[in-house]
Amino acid sequence: MTTTREREPSVQDLDRVTIRFAGDSGDGMQVTGNQFTRTAAVFGNDISTLPDFPAEIRAPAGSLPGVSGFQISFSSSEIHTPGDEPDVLVAMNPAALKANIVDLPAGGALIVNTDAFTGPNLQKVGYAENPLTDGSLSSFTVFEIPISTLNARALEGLDMTTKQVDLTKNFFALGIMFWLYERSMEPTLRWIDDKFAKRPVIAEANARALKAGYAFGETTEIFHTHYRVAPAHLAPGTYRNITGNEATALGFVVASNKAQRALFYGSYPITPASEILHQLSGYKQFGVTTFQAEDEIAAIGAAIGASYGGALGMTGTSGPGIALKSEAMNLAVMVELPLVIVDVQRAGPSTGMPTKTEQADLLQVVFGRNGDSPIVVVAPATPGDCFDTAFEAVRIALRSMTPVVYLSDAFLATGSEPWVIPDVDDLPDLSVPNRTERAGFQPYARDPVTLARPWAVPGTPGLEHRIGGLEKADVTGNVSYDPDNHHRMQMLRAEKIARIADDIPELSVFGPDRGDLLILGWGSTYGAIRSAVERLLAEGRSVAHAHLRYLNPFPRNTGDVVRSYRRVLIPEVNLGQLLLLVRARYLIDAVGYDRVRGKPFRIAEIEAEAIRLLDELEAAR
Amino acid sequence: MTDRAVGGDPPLSPENDRVLQQLQAAVPLTRKDFVSDQEVRWCPGCGDYSILAQTQKVMPDFGYPRENIVFISGIGCSGRLPYYMNTYGFHSIHGRAMTLATGLKAARPDLMVWVITGDGDALSIGGNHLLHSMRRNVDIKVVMFNNRIYGLTKGQASPTSEFGKVTKSSPSGTIDHPISPLTVALAAEASLIARSVDTHTEHLQATLDRAGFHKGSVFVEVLQNCNIFNDGAHRDFTDREVREDRMLMLEHGKPMIFGKDRDRGIRLNGHQPEIVTLGVDGISEADLLVHDEGDPLIAFMLSRIYWPEFPVPVGVIRDVKRATHDELLTAQREEAIARRGAGDLRALLEAGETWKVSE
Repeated sequence: MTTTREREPSVQDLDRVTIRFAGDSGDGMQVTGNQFTRTAAVFGNDISTLPDFPAEIRAPAGSLPGVSGFQISFSSSEIHTPGDEPDVLVAMNPAALKANIVDLPAGGALIVNTDAFTGPNLQKVGYAENPLTDGSLSSFTVFEIPISTLNARALEGLDMTTKQVDLTKNFFALGIMFWLYERSMEPTLRWIDDKFAKRPVIAEANARALKAGYAFGETTEIFHTHYRVAPAHLAPGTYRNITGNEATALGFVVASNKAQRALFYGSYPITPASEILHQLSGYKQFGVTTFQAEDEIAAIGAAIGASYGGALGMTGTSGPGIALKSEAMNLAVMVELPLVIVDVQRAGPSTGMPTKTEQADLLQVVFGRNGDSPIVVVAPATPGDCFDTAFEAVRIALRSMTPVVYLSDAFLATGSEPWVIPDVDDLPDLSVPNRTERAGFQPYARDPVTLARPWAVPGTPGLEHRIGGLEKADVTGNVSYDPDNHHRMQMLRAEKIARIADDIPELSVFGPDRGDLLILGWGSTYGAIRSAVERLLAEGRSVAHAHLRYLNPFPRNTGDVVRSYRRVLIPEVNLGQLLLLVRARYLIDAVGYDRVRGKPFRIAEIEAEAIRLLDELEAAR
Repeated sequence: MTDRAVGGDPPLSPENDRVLQQLQAAVPLTRKDFVSDQEVRWCPGCGDYSILAQTQKVMPDFGYPRENIVFISGIGCSGRLPYYMNTYGFHSIHGRAMTLATGLKAARPDLMVWVITGDGDALSIGGNHLLHSMRRNVDIKVVMFNNRIYGLTKGQASPTSEFGKVTKSSPSGTIDHPISPLTVALAAEASLIARSVDTHTEHLQATLDRAGFHKGSVFVEVLQNCNIFNDGAHRDFTDREVREDRMLMLEHGKPMIFGKDRDRGIRLNGHQPEIVTLGVDGISEADLLVHDEGDPLIAFMLSRIYWPEFPVPVGVIRDVKRATHDELLTAQREEAIARRGAGDLRALLEAGETWKVSE
């Protein structure tokens, strides 16, 4: 680093850049990615991120299962996805290279930490030859940097072990990237000061590593260019970067405040939902009670108990936890109490791939209970949309006295995007009254519009009554085995949920309101579908996008929308679950497009499938 | 050794304080006020009738207005009890009553919450929730009807059925060793643990009274007869003619004496309990073990001795005080408010780094 540049690097303006940081799960790749993300967000780029990490906390160092990655796309225009493929891959070791090189397109930039490309590390992942020297990387622009060595040199004189020094090399790599993309180090330096306030040596080391990486970029001759990605023209407002799990927790806190009901969140630790429990446990000053239960069943049981007492009861989990909660979800259906059940979906079946995304719990939550058991299901589309959808889940639960399933997924939960902070005063009042009037009280008398039963909470004089899982007599709520009563109650429970369709927005369409192809999606496929449709519309193709936030009941006009196109394509990260519901419900010959790899769709995949269908339609004309 | 003083008396929360004041002003209720309009549908001769009657009888003692009392049950014959109580009631799902009670009590510390359960509901399907609601010291009163059989499903072996018991599901005799409910409750750190008998009405009332007045997690095992599927489940020691000789009535601070003639007692020989006769070999009351509801070793010993080797201990075997779950939850919320101020939504949403985009 003592050398100085003989010529200034050129500067190039780019619209959008996608970087993937990859290393060992102990290499701090998530921290690195998050710091780059914050910096880009505060700078004003539109961003979208995709953390990708193993379920093992520390798989054997240097092994393929231990590779942890973080992809960020940042742009000077609006983007919807973390990018199909990286423009730049930062590989901290041979395992990271091997696991990720397949995604780097020809001509892509590859930055490698050459210090890690030693015999044992290469053998561990099955490289017979060093890929840096055997010519196999010739289609990429490779920047070979001895990151560990350079970093260790920068930290000389600090009272640290060799191992501690090595743990800071991710900041050296981050420094290089900050230089390469003309980013300020300030936000990260502040973060380091804050994070390691009690460990000044570590703070100093990380700061030095970051600055050394930056200086390396500035002075070395290996980079001929650095890049500018201008701020994006986002809608006016105050922004922050937010992950789906953060937005979910905030949505619930704000909704509970707007409902004037204390929030009770019962949960059992499970990936990738635990973060919601962690977030909410820090919001006690908002009257939030969090309860880490002994198991999934206790978590929902306690939430039902809290709702019974007049609080806003909620529980959160992932797919395996839903399986355990299903009997209690049915109890909530039977006793008709408000309840929100969060399912942050992950790849199944069984334990599956806990940190990887999937959308395969839709049918489980719609149908997975004994008896005919109608339940409301809503799904957020983007990390920021988690706030609005969480708020909406609470609104419906309270208004209709019903359990509502909130179906997020691992991609939304850990991915992030800039989010316009809403004005809380603009959000609607969600309060619903408790029943207090004795005259004419019947536990199962219903509101004529919503069919909701009264919320008569313990402590209300004169309204003492008994509820439970046994079938209820209509109106009185007494136990009843009467055949006609059971039929009537089944119809009432179904109608109560069906009527929610009167209270939710109609399904809106992006693109022409009739035409050749509709791409219908739900949940986290939003970004990839929207981007694909934008491209196809720009090419003049007859294609539109509709995205379902409400999966049960469907919006009133869903049938009209899907029948307005010659073909309906439903891409899902499952084997065709919404497809099954849409085909059955609307008797249309919709087609599916399924990819279940634990990863979100690429834009290009959906685009290609849409073109294939459009060409077929063209040929048949 | 005693853990009675551990943690000391938790301060009464202001919320509970208000409740107590209201209570003192309330009009006294009677047993009839707690009888609901629902027809009782247990088998004629079932021990549950007596438990229901004693429960209704003691309910006015606590001074709670009816609307502030909630009975939550699981599944099984015992599960029907809430329908017969003219209070708030919730007949939940199998084994999970304690989870609902935990959430309810957390949301509503002002309520008095009873959990009615059975040996299958509490110790088999709901075993985990029993452990955790007790260790958290959730302020609920768990009353477990132990008839040592699955009654509502018509007679299968339960977790308390004796080894070798022949039932519909165990025609060759059950090979599962029975669980000791009181030992489980003790291991789970229940703060009041007691045992009583369905037909011993006065003893049962006194025991339920102790349960109702206790603040914290209560576990009461009520030995109950199922005259259809396990008749005489506890007859060997509960029948009127033999009960004084075969049961040990516990009283805090009193020596452990039993027998029609009150001439026998329990003494520790080393660390082993043994039965001795007063007046024989110079043995006097002073040699007997004195019951201490705060002593975990005595509680453990009492949870392990049973007929026919020993008289069956009944009464309160353990009563200790520690802060309840709802008190601790409330304290943490109040501390968060004291430290950070009452929540400000705008500040919450704008936390961390923000940036403005203008027109």
